Amino acid sequence: MPEIRTKVLIIGGGPGGYVTAIRLGQLGIATMLVERAWLGGTCLNVGCIPSKALIHAAEAFEQAVHQAGTDRYGIRVERPSIDFGRTMEWKDGIVGRLKGGVAALLKKHGVKTLAGHATMLDGKTARVESDTGPQVIKAEHVVLATGSVPAPLTALPFGGRVISSSEALSLSDVPQRLVVVGAGYIGLELGTAFAKLGSKVTVVEAEDRILPAYDTELTRPVARRLGALGVEMLAATRARGLSPDGEALVVEFAGGTERRLPADKILVAIGRRPCTEGLGLDQLDLGMDGAFIRIDERCATSMRNVWAIGDLTGEPMLAHRAMAQGEMVAEIIAGQRRAFDKVAIPAICFTDPEVVTVGLSPEKARKAGHEIRVASFPFQANGRALTLGAEEGFVRVTARADNHLILGIDAVGQGIAELSAAFGLALEMGARLEDIAGTIHAHPTLGEAFHEASLRTLGEALHI
Amino acid sequence: MGLRSIRLPDVGEGVAEAEVVEWHVKVGDHVREDQTLAAVMTDKATVEIPAPFDGTVVALGAEVGGMLSVGAELLRLEVAGEGDAEAAPAPKPQPRAESKAEAPRSHPAEPEDEPPPPMRTPSRLGPPRPAGEKPIASPALRRRAREAGVDLRQVRGTGPAGRIEHADLDAFLRGGAAAPAGARRIANTTVEEIKVIGLRRRIAQKMAESKRRAAHFSYVEEIDVTSLEDLRAHLNAQAADGKPKLTLLPFLMQALVRTVADFPQMNALYDDDAEIVHRHGGVHIGIATQTASGLMVPVVRHAEARDLWDCAAEMQRLAEAARAGQAGREELSGSTITITSLGPLGGIVTTPVLNRPEVAIIGVNRQVVRPHWTGAQFVPRKMMNLSSSFDHRVVDGYDAAQFVQRIKSLLEAPATIFIEV
Repeated sequence: MPEIRTKVLIIGGGPGGYVTAIRLGQLGIATMLVERAWLGGTCLNVGCIPSKALIHAAEAFEQAVHQAGTDRYGIRVERPSIDFGRTMEWKDGIVGRLKGGVAALLKKHGVKTLAGHATMLDGKTARVESDTGPQVIKAEHVVLATGSVPAPLTALPFGGRVISSSEALSLSDVPQRLVVVGAGYIGLELGTAFAKLGSKVTVVEAEDRILPAYDTELTRPVARRLGALGVEMLAATRARGLSPDGEALVVEFAGGTERRLPADKILVAIGRRPCTEGLGLDQLDLGMDGAFIRIDERCATSMRNVWAIGDLTGEPMLAHRAMAQGEMVAEIIAGQRRAFDKVAIPAICFTDPEVVTVGLSPEKARKAGHEIRVASFPFQANGRALTLGAEEGFVRVTARADNHLILGIDAVGQGIAELSAAFGLALEMGARLEDIAGTIHAHPTLGEAFHEASLRTLGEALHI
Repeated sequence: MGLRSIRLPDVGEGVAEAEVVEWHVKVGDHVREDQTLAAVMTDKATVEIPAPFDGTVVALGAEVGGMLSVGAELLRLEVAGEGDAEAAPAPKPQPRAESKAEAPRSHPAEPEDEPPPPMRTPSRLGPPRPAGEKPIASPALRRRAREAGVDLRQVRGTGPAGRIEHADLDAFLRGGAAAPAGARRIANTTVEEIKVIGLRRRIAQKMAESKRRAAHFSYVEEIDVTSLEDLRAHLNAQAADGKPKLTLLPFLMQALVRTVADFPQMNALYDDDAEIVHRHGGVHIGIATQTASGLMVPVVRHAEARDLWDCAAEMQRLAEAARAGQAGREELSGSTITITSLGPLGGIVTTPVLNRPEVAIIGVNRQVVRPHWTGAQFVPRKMMNLSSSFDHRVVDGYDAAQFVQRIKSLLEAPATIFIEV
């Protein structure tokens, strides 16, 4: 069997793996990347990117539907309709373009890519079943970046009507009745999109409210909007399994009563689990942290020169975390001193309205022992929000009471995902309330709400 | 707005200059009337200087540790209304008649037209970070630090909220803190500069001067304190509420008073410049006391006029005042003989340094139970050494030995301390 030698072997071509490869290429290090399915991974193919395309198309269609009624802008549209096949083509086009982009970038930086499934034989050797036959790759460093897959529900295995987020992004038709199990960000993003596209959506959540990871202040506008879109929300409710005829989901309420929810599709979005199986990782005897691979602040595993990045290594399972880790690992392999010392990893729910959290929430800040000051500024008092018809939501700033160091910035509102850049920069630079208060924010923009929230935390808000 | 100077006021009789030991404000601070600006130290007393009016600090007249003569510019404030600092150069210090002779070297009179002395810029010392708190720094700075092998937890931040700025890292790196690459254990090459200022400077000067001038010799004797300890325990047990708790020192003080009556050469001050020994009638016993800022020697005055309880109470009061930094000049000077005791840390033998110009110092060592041969059997006795030093220039070894033997006989038969023979 031919044996290939390389300095670095990366397993997994998602955001973590391909960024590691690009940076290694830039640093002049011989690198080989093995990917079994698609370059770009979950994010690009069946995650972030296609879901955002679908969400955008759904939003555009919903506006048109709205305009067919009594539209507040005075726009009048006659009987809008959607050709969902064309929508999917458009989405696939974006994915294809980006995937081609990743391949080109890897090539440009001299990274060898191999399509196939890799199995570790020992800490430095992998066997790859590729199209051209099996190959053995020996490397000095191995970077594990295999990501995660949708977690199944034991009572409701994937198949038939029961689909994961991946399938939900490539349906050929808009399902008439969609039941979403799990009111986390994935379930709500897709549930909202399909509701806008015309599905009758029911969301089932075992916890007593939507987006249980966020505080109710932040999720209330989302819950209100779901109600306005006609999404039925069943909180504190458990999915028991398919009905005997297979055409409905049987759910059980907190009191023990059951209900049958007829559905064309049942989307199970209860979370994701790391992709650690079938990789021969049992051969390596790596230190684990629950289901995840245990890493230190340099993304080093318990085995020398075996690194792990991304969803494989735990929460938050976010593409931008994996990319930052990958960049760092590449530089460490190149002999530079690095550590993952980020202050914050921003997280966004592309629900309607969007939710952004960066750093500590007021509750977590208090739990961490900080004495804090908190204030929020509502978009109702922001001129730009009104002109966008997006007055729901607010920006909230949490800071230390003693020295005004900003600990966390949260926001909920339409189109505020883009504000995460400003929020992240503020935290990473160690900004104080006075730094934000002393920065001119252009008028009229949604970003002014960040400025005003900081002013308000100081007791100096101008427009409220 | 105008500038106004605040000058070092006359802080005590006979004081011509003072050392700035602490700044309570920095350049840029707004101060209110009566707010403390600085602490200055004269002789042994520390005096706080309040602001005479509101204003913003624009310059400080000396660094911590610097000496200022009375009347020199302490700091400069920007104030509302008309100032005075620019209109007229700093007026000459007005030395009082008695201080002129004492310390002419340190403050030559400034010529009328000399510009104000250069003002120091604030040092790059940020507030210390509480333990466990993460350093705040931008990503670019964190990367620089990582590459230089610098642990940012060791770097002070001078930015807002204690943020570490690039200049802070530069300063840290200039301090020679670079670590070798890759080593698990990193050689610590840091050298911290501690300014010897304030009380520490006084102690340093006094100790060096004492060792340089006096011809020290030490004499150690063993004392059986079993009876003394029994008496002490008895008195403490019987003592009414409100009485101070007796330690061994008040007994030693009483014994000293009895002994120096026969050895007046020990309770004396030797003015070696004038070559005169002043034998004092009053026994003013200095008690070496450890405080947070260093060694101080508060003085129990006229021990000959105090009884045992009184000595104990006065000693306790002085020690507390000294530790609280509230002992006045009067209480910190004027001793004629000194006792030094480290209690349980007293060791077997010490070689005390004379509190010059005194000629004798008595050091108390640790008490231990030791077997004692009575001639027929071993019995456990509480034993303690006294380590004393004398100035051989004016005290002979023979006299010193007799002096210590007398103290020993008093302490071993404690009733004789109190009984007129």
